[in-house]
Amino acid sequence: MNLAIRDVRHNLGRFALTAVGLGLLLMIVMGMGGIYKGIEEDAVLLIDELDADIWIVQNETRGPFAELSRLASSVEDRAWTVPGVSNARRFITHTVQREHQGRSIRISIVGLSWPGDQGHWLPIISGRTLSQGHFEMVADQTLGLAVGERVTLGKDSYRVVGVTQNMISSGGDGLAFLTVSDALAVQFDSTGEATRLERAARQGRAEHTDLVQSQPGMLERASLPAGMIPALGSSTVSAIMVNLKPGVDPARVQSVMEGWADVTVYTAEDQRQLLLQGPVDRARRQIGLFRVLLVAISAIIMSLILYTMTLDKVHDIALLKLMGAKDRVVIGLVLQEAFLLGGIAYGIAYLIGERLFPFFPRRVIVTTDMLIWLAFAVAVICVVGSLLGIRKAMSVSPNEVLS
Amino acid sequence: MKNRTHAPAIETVAISKIYGSGNTEVVALRDASMKIERGEVVALLGPSGSGKSTLLSAIGLINPPTKGQIKIDGKVVMDGPKSFVDLQRYRRERLGFIFQKSNLIPFLSALENVLISLSISGVEGRPAKRRAMELLDSLGVADRAKNLPAALSGGQQQRVAVARALANKPSLLLADEPTAALDSKLGRQVMELFREIGHENQAGVLVVTHDQRALDVFDRTMYLEDGVLAEHEVSPKTN
Repeated sequence: MNLAIRDVRHNLGRFALTAVGLGLLLMIVMGMGGIYKGIEEDAVLLIDELDADIWIVQNETRGPFAELSRLASSVEDRAWTVPGVSNARRFITHTVQREHQGRSIRISIVGLSWPGDQGHWLPIISGRTLSQGHFEMVADQTLGLAVGERVTLGKDSYRVVGVTQNMISSGGDGLAFLTVSDALAVQFDSTGEATRLERAARQGRAEHTDLVQSQPGMLERASLPAGMIPALGSSTVSAIMVNLKPGVDPARVQSVMEGWADVTVYTAEDQRQLLLQGPVDRARRQIGLFRVLLVAISAIIMSLILYTMTLDKVHDIALLKLMGAKDRVVIGLVLQEAFLLGGIAYGIAYLIGERLFPFFPRRVIVTTDMLIWLAFAVAVICVVGSLLGIRKAMSVSPNEVLS
Repeated sequence: MKNRTHAPAIETVAISKIYGSGNTEVVALRDASMKIERGEVVALLGPSGSGKSTLLSAIGLINPPTKGQIKIDGKVVMDGPKSFVDLQRYRRERLGFIFQKSNLIPFLSALENVLISLSISGVEGRPAKRRAMELLDSLGVADRAKNLPAALSGGQQQRVAVARALANKPSLLLADEPTAALDSKLGRQVMELFREIGHENQAGVLVVTHDQRALDVFDRTMYLEDGVLAEHEVSPKTN
């Protein structure tokens, strides 16, 4: 005869309410793990999807995913000259926040090195990739933009031609893919007055450079758009991505590029690790600590619940002992109820979480490994949580029936 | 295996129970010696605080005496606080308890309350169910077998409690004021039930009671006052 099931059935309402409460708590523990996994996957997603073997970034920086990185776009041409390089692309990323149709949207813009990179690697769920050098955009579905919709960024408007799925920046913002030149135009958009002032200032700076002495025409060009005067204009791209020919040793190419004094070179794995050990690591530790606290709180709450449930049965336990019940009958009663409670709460956590997590603003990725880990943790909590109740049950004297 | 000998169901030899020590010492039981034969139905009378419950818990192998011997079926099971047998097992196999309140487990049906006693004794399945139903039937509550205790009247609950106490065929049945919560008519019926059970099952029955109206039912009466036990002659009062 299973006493635990009969007791639960007798106090079904209270037990169900307790299980739901504990289930919601476990769902938060599950969600916390899922949020961390989501942050981690989102962070490295772009690095993985871009599939570059080598990243060239601004000298003494850790690259665009960790900090601000600016380098001349001409580094791309330099990269092409290194033996073993099969492809070099410019990369630019920055985040903008704009009003669009009465709502505020944060867009993490990524520049694609048009025409070499049209975004064929993107996970497009509707529409298409970029097919022209300007004024087209592929946006992630989290931005809430539909194919055909126009978004004004700076002075220009960009038409959404494709929508991707799960393309999120490490900051949790949806990614939008433009050509590098459009991305730069958005980044350095300024008013006409600001442009005129900048050109005048640039002309002033140019008058004091040696370059103008050797190339007098440079002074006249100083007032032209920045893109037309790379020697005078500011550095433009965030990084240069390099792909290698099959069989080429990345370390060898890396050592060649590291000879250039104005850049720092990382492999793709270096970039991943820099990202994971940087901002993501802090988030991981924060969430990890919070998760540990939640598990501890769950254990304490469960202990208290089981203790209270045991207290309610002190008289019955005393009676069982008086009738000569072995200790294992009493321990079994408390443990079985703990496992019933833990198991049902776990099921509730899983079922509610599965339906609720997709509505979270950031991706919540619950993996099988995490589910197994949590099931194990719940089992341990059940056992540890029961100890208080079992201790109480063991201390109950059969005499209490007579009192 | 139960030792079905002709030895008394229970025998105490000069048992005492002392609580506290020094200035706070309280003697709850003083050199109490008694014997209940199998099939004998005995009442234990005494005012509140006289030590009745202490004697019952000592005989019930719950609260050991400070000194003196307890023998069950002729075997010394306790000598002072020292036990010579597995007390849990002895309680399980040889003793049955009935209380003032029925003390049925509230989340088990009447049948399950009897079955749990059999289950603890290692009797499971159909034989257990058959035995439990026979007991409930003999006590007139078979038709309430599936009901939870809350759905039973006080008398029915007490009958189920008696069935539970008898389930493992005890050699000694201990009852602590079993009729206190019942009206006089029902109380007498329960007392008569004990006599039948004692005689039919050849079990010793010790009933602690305040109720002197049904003392004619008992084979013998003992009286306990200030921890001292004595055989007692009473004028039976019948209703």
